[in-house]
Formats: sequence, structure tokens, C-alpha cells
Amino acid sequence: MNTEKSSVLEKKDFKKILEELKLEGKKHLFPDKLKISVQSATCGKASGADEIYSTLENTLKDEDVILERVGCIGLCQQEPMVNVYVPGWKPVVYANLTPKIIEELAPQWLEGKFPEKNALGQLGPSYLDDMEGILKPVSGIKRIEDLGFFKKQLKIVLRNSGFINPLDIYEYVARGGFYSLYRVLHEYEPDQVIDDIIKSGLRGRGGGGFPTGVKWQSCRKAPGFPKYVICNADEGDPGAYMDRATLEGDPFGILEGMVIGAYAIGSNQGYIYVRAEYPLAVQTLHKAIKIAGEFGFLGKNIMGKDFSFDIKINRGGGAFVCGESTALMASIEGKVGEPRVKHIHTVVSGLREKPTVLNNVETWANVPRIIEMGVENYNKIGTKGSKGTKVFSLVGNVNNNGLVEVPMGITLREMIFNIGGGIPENKKFKAVQTGGPSGGCIPESLLDMPVDFDELIKVGSMMGSGGMIVMDEDTCMVDVARYFLSFLVEESCGKCTPCREGTYQLYKIVDRITRGEGREDDIELMEELAETIKDASLCALGKTAPNPVLTTLRYFKDEYIAHIKEKKCPAGVCKELITYFIIEDKCTACGMCKKNCPVGAIEGEKKVPHKIIQEKCTKCGICLSVCKFDAVVKK
Amino acid sequence: MIDVRESIEQIISKYEKNSESLIPVLQDMQEIFHYLPEEGLRKVSKELKVPLQQVFSVATFYNAFSLTPKGKYIIQVCMGTACHLKGAQEILNELCIKLNVEEKEVTKDGLFSIETVRCLGCCSLAPVININGKTFGNLKPEKVGEIIDEYRKK
Repeated sequence: MNTEKSSVLEKKDFKKILEELKLEGKKHLFPDKLKISVQSATCGKASGADEIYSTLENTLKDEDVILERVGCIGLCQQEPMVNVYVPGWKPVVYANLTPKIIEELAPQWLEGKFPEKNALGQLGPSYLDDMEGILKPVSGIKRIEDLGFFKKQLKIVLRNSGFINPLDIYEYVARGGFYSLYRVLHEYEPDQVIDDIIKSGLRGRGGGGFPTGVKWQSCRKAPGFPKYVICNADEGDPGAYMDRATLEGDPFGILEGMVIGAYAIGSNQGYIYVRAEYPLAVQTLHKAIKIAGEFGFLGKNIMGKDFSFDIKINRGGGAFVCGESTALMASIEGKVGEPRVKHIHTVVSGLREKPTVLNNVETWANVPRIIEMGVENYNKIGTKGSKGTKVFSLVGNVNNNGLVEVPMGITLREMIFNIGGGIPENKKFKAVQTGGPSGGCIPESLLDMPVDFDELIKVGSMMGSGGMIVMDEDTCMVDVARYFLSFLVEESCGKCTPCREGTYQLYKIVDRITRGEGREDDIELMEELAETIKDASLCALGKTAPNPVLTTLRYFKDEYIAHIKEKKCPAGVCKELITYFIIEDKCTACGMCKKNCPVGAIEGEKKVPHKIIQEKCTKCGICLSVCKFDAVVKK
Repeated sequence: MIDVRESIEQIISKYEKNSESLIPVLQDMQEIFHYLPEEGLRKVSKELKVPLQQVFSVATFYNAFSLTPKGKYIIQVCMGTACHLKGAQEILNELCIKLNVEEKEVTKDGLFSIETVRCLGCCSLAPVININGKTFGNLKPEKVGEIIDEYRKK
């Protein structure tokens, strides 16, 4: 690859270089032999992608085939998955694989056959570009784009994820990559770039929704040098993993966005602050930065122009508060990650007290695509105040768990019931939580509201980074509020009192309610405390910390009342308020519960119905889950 | 046994000697020793010219650092929202019972330590645990014992 690369670079005419890379990339994407791409993002690996890869290696070791790893296509629940490309045919995605199924299918793929077993769908126009009309469709297998999960999606940020080899720069260029950077460096003045981003209506995807272009403009205008560009990849919201998938599946897109941003504001040094809990993403980024540098897309004299920009990687230290911009910058400086008051904005005085632009992964990944499709086209996507798409991690009690990218303005109902395929086991929907620990729980009555930055705030939640956690009827909303508060109590940095002490007191109240010790005036007390925390906290973590309590109080007050007045947990979650027992008539004395009880709280002999000793029971629920005769119940 | 002084010198030599290298140096140290030895903290303070007080405050602020040794196998139990909904607490309880330790403790044989983490980003496979980089998804309390036994045999 090295000789190839240097011969390409010698030409110095980057337009030609891009064309050559593109041509080569097409060959990588659609080679003249069988290609099997194993979806090996962290989610894929956790489902067994490595076993699938090694089985394929063994099964195909004597064959002339290409075996590679790609990112995640989004439907994480049905991993492990592979994409199979037979020359001349549209690639087919196979899902729910096991080594045994691979051994059965691989020989058929070698013969150019596409068995229907485990086939999820064939890739269509959103992946194939101009090859759509050239490659033959496979009969008997649906198009990916026609499946419920994919139908309403519109992939801009995730368009390469799960399709291209994330570290094959040729493939990235073949899908239009680095053309935007070329245009920007050769045809745009920095102010024009900023103008385009402002007109595009792009708002920060990290949660706040601040207009990206305005941020860039303020930074460009701010006095002081050097200026810095930061990519916030400290994706700390529990239940959200959009950025991980983007980093692992299409890292060049983020780098390209950052270079464009750096050119616009006049910066030569960038940082990516990425969670250390994402080792594969860190590794992928390191490699991608090196490769992009070798090809002249990063480093000195980018694309032959008089503009230089480098990117360094900082790994996070596992502190949620470092997702806050000033705390993140303090962390890069080697300090404790405590936020500061932002009376002077970071665009004026940020990292090392220099003008700094910080955007999150998804925002950066949008930038090259906006330049590519043009402001007008981008503007057509989304709602009046929120343009473009948003990536969500749709997880929890929903049939299709995974990553989805949808145009802003789609309704929650479409998200959960069309894309998500509804609630498993025919249970009832109760709430959907958006916005991470700072967001809120939205009830069924609001499911038809369009999802965008402003609408979510109106109902007391927020967009956040894009976690969307679906909760069914078995979820206790008081427990959910307690969960988020316990998270925030632990993650509060401790700098300001309202957040440090206020959230702790709020937690103590909610906690005693879940233990059946709630008091009549607790609800009023919580509301008062919540308002104070909101008003008086220093940073966004504290200001939004009461949201989970406020929204659950707003929409699910009856559950709080049931806990406080009747000492009951209607959903059967809060341990102190439930008991497990065995129905004698149904018990067959099989002994499964007794065998599995971790604390020996079940007694009973052969042929004698078993009994739970309440004093010993820790209410772990294992007896209920192992009983095959529905004899164990909780109340 | 790793020579503490020598490996710390090696780590520090990879970075520029200033306060911004503090966190990366401590991260490398944590990775090698599974905790931050006192000797290491003093050495880092001296070499990077960062007051020991700041080194200590950084070392105790971030969740990734630990001042006491951890087990050979570090079991991270994901406490993300999706995992919470799908029974992460039960998984944690079961682990604590099976290993007879509390969260953040090390088993007597030094093999395992349990810690909770905020979201491993595998929400579609909830509940999830991670043992030294390997992720186990769709867990049930009943399955925990099998996994532990596998690691015990290694």
C-alpha cells in the first residue's frame, strides 16, 4: 500500500489524487471476488463477531476471497452480522449468525448463491450510489431499505457505518469523502464556510443544540492565537452509544469535519477527547489519524494548500462531568474535570485560555456532508428550528434495539413503533426517556409529538446526545428517577453546593419513597428543591439534574402517590415494597428455584410444594425467572 | 513482578514533561499496575513538575484511577440506563454473592474485583458486563456463575 500511496501523492494535484483514490476505493468496495465483511464494532464483538471472523477464516482459508471487518449497520440486536458481496450482485446482509450457521452458509456464498436462511436484506441505493443500477438484485431477499427498522431512516452521519472498512481511506473517498475538504480548501474563504454552516441551521448534536456556525463565527472573531478545535467524544450518557458507533464505523468523516472547522476558524491544532471505556474507538481513531496524515489530509500543507492542522487524542478518565465543555478542557490541561462559570465563553477563552471551538462527534461528522449536499438540500431535511438528521440509540424495552438516524421532526411513535417494532412480549408502553440523566421521561399521551430540539424542551425533556430508552409497563418511574439521581450524585464534581448537596438530598427523598418511607409532603419538598437546584447550579449538569424527577412527577405523579400513601410499587420493582411467594397449587416441587436461589431462602422436599423464607429472601427474582410453571409470583 | 521505578520511568519518557501529560501518564500507570502506587505518584509529581497535591486530586477525582490494587480480572458491571432496566442490579448482586465481595473489593485470592461503570455503550445487549476487555451481553443472573468459573479455570 505504501508504494501505491506515494506514487499517488507525488502528483500533488489533489483533484486527480481524489479521483484515483476513488477509483481504487470502488474496487475495494466491489472487488472481483467474493468479499465477506464482518460487522465488528464493540456491539458486534460482544455478540460474537470475533468467533464468526475466525470461523470464516478457517472455512475459507484455501479460497481466494476477501475477509474484512467493518463497523455496525445499526441493528445491533441481530448481530453478529456479515455483509456478503458476490461480484455483480448487490451485497446481502446476514444476521443472527453462529459459527455453525457460517459453516453452512459460507460454501454456498463461494458458489455465488444467496441462501435465504438468516438473510436480513440486500443493500440498496443509500449504500450503493451509482452501482445501484449496475449490480443485479438478489431475488427472494428484501431490500434493507424496505425493512421496518430502516424504512424511515435517513443516513447522513451513519451512511458509511457497517458498509465501508472504517480504516480504508480509499473506500471513504469512493463514497465522496474528502471532496468537501478539497472544495473548502480550494474554493472557499473561511468566512464562506462559516456562512454555509450558519445557513445550514446545524445545531450542536451533543445536547445543547447551540447553532454550530454561530459558535465558529464567534471563535474566528475572537482575538488570540493559537486557536483550538476539540471533538467531544466523551459520550457519557448512559444508554447512548451513537458516537462510539460513528468513531468505530466511519472515523474519517469526523476527521474531515474537524479539518474543515479548523480551516474556518483558523486553527492548527485539534483534540479528540474520547472515553477510555471505548478502547476500540480509541484504537480506530489513532490509526485513522495516522493514515489521513500519510495521505496528506492531515498534518502539514493539507491537500497541497498552505494550511496545517494536527489532531491529538486524549482519553477520558471516566468522569461524566467531563462531557461539559469547560470541564473537558480542564481535563485536557491535566487538571481535575471541574466546570467553570461561563461568563466568558470558551470560544473566546477555552483550552489554555485561548479561543476554542468544541463540538461533539456527530456535529463534526455532519459538516463535510453539508458541504457535499449543499446548504439548500440540507435545509430541506428536518423541522423549522432543527435541520438535518439525528442519530438515536433506541434501546430498552423495544423489539428492535439499535442505532437509528432519522430526519428531525419524526414522531416518537414512529420511532418506537415503526422503527423500533413496538414493545416486546405485547407489553404496554409506559414512557420513553430521552436526553440522558439530564433529560426526562415522556408518557404515551405525547408520543405523537415531533422530535426536535425545541419540542423536547417544551415537554420538560431534552434532545441530549441521543439516547432514547423505551420503558414498558414493568418499569417503576420512581425507581427510574432514583436511578438517574444516584448517577448524578456520584458524577457531580462537587464544586458547587446546589448540585453537590441538592441532588444528594433529592436522591435521599426519592430513595426513601422507593423504600416505602415516603412522607406526605415529600412531593412538594422535591419540587421546591428541584427548582432551587435548577436555578442555582453552576453548570448544565446541575441545572438539568432535577429533570428526571420533575418529568416523572409531571407525568407519573400517581406512581409517587402509590409509593407514599399506599406503600405500593405498582410496577413491582421497588424491592422493599414487594414480596415473592410460591403458589402451592402450581408448584410441582421440581426444585429449580431451590437449586438456583443464591441465598438458600427456599425450602421444600421432593413432592412437597416449596416455600420462600421471607426473612432470608433478597428479592433477586431468580426463582421467578427459573420457574417453568408460573408458580412463583411477586406482589 | 514488574519493577515499579523502571516502568514508571518508561511511561514518563513517552510524554512531554509538563502538567498536561499528567492524566495520560496516570492512565498508563493504572493500566500496567491496575492501580496507582504511591511511589509512582511521587515520581510523576517530581518528573512532570506538578505539585503532589494536584497529582493526588487528579488521581482521586477520575473514576478510572484507583489507589488500591485491583484483581487480576476486573469485572465491570454496566449500570447504564438500558442495563438498569434489564436487571443490572441483579447481575451485580449475583456477582457479589458468587465472589463473596462487595463492589470495589478484591477477592481473597486476588483474582477478581468488581466495579460498576456508567455505560459500556452496548445498550442493545443489556445487561452487559466486561471482564478485562471482553464483553458479555444479554446476561441473566443464572449465567454469571458459568462465566466466573471459566475465568477461574484460566
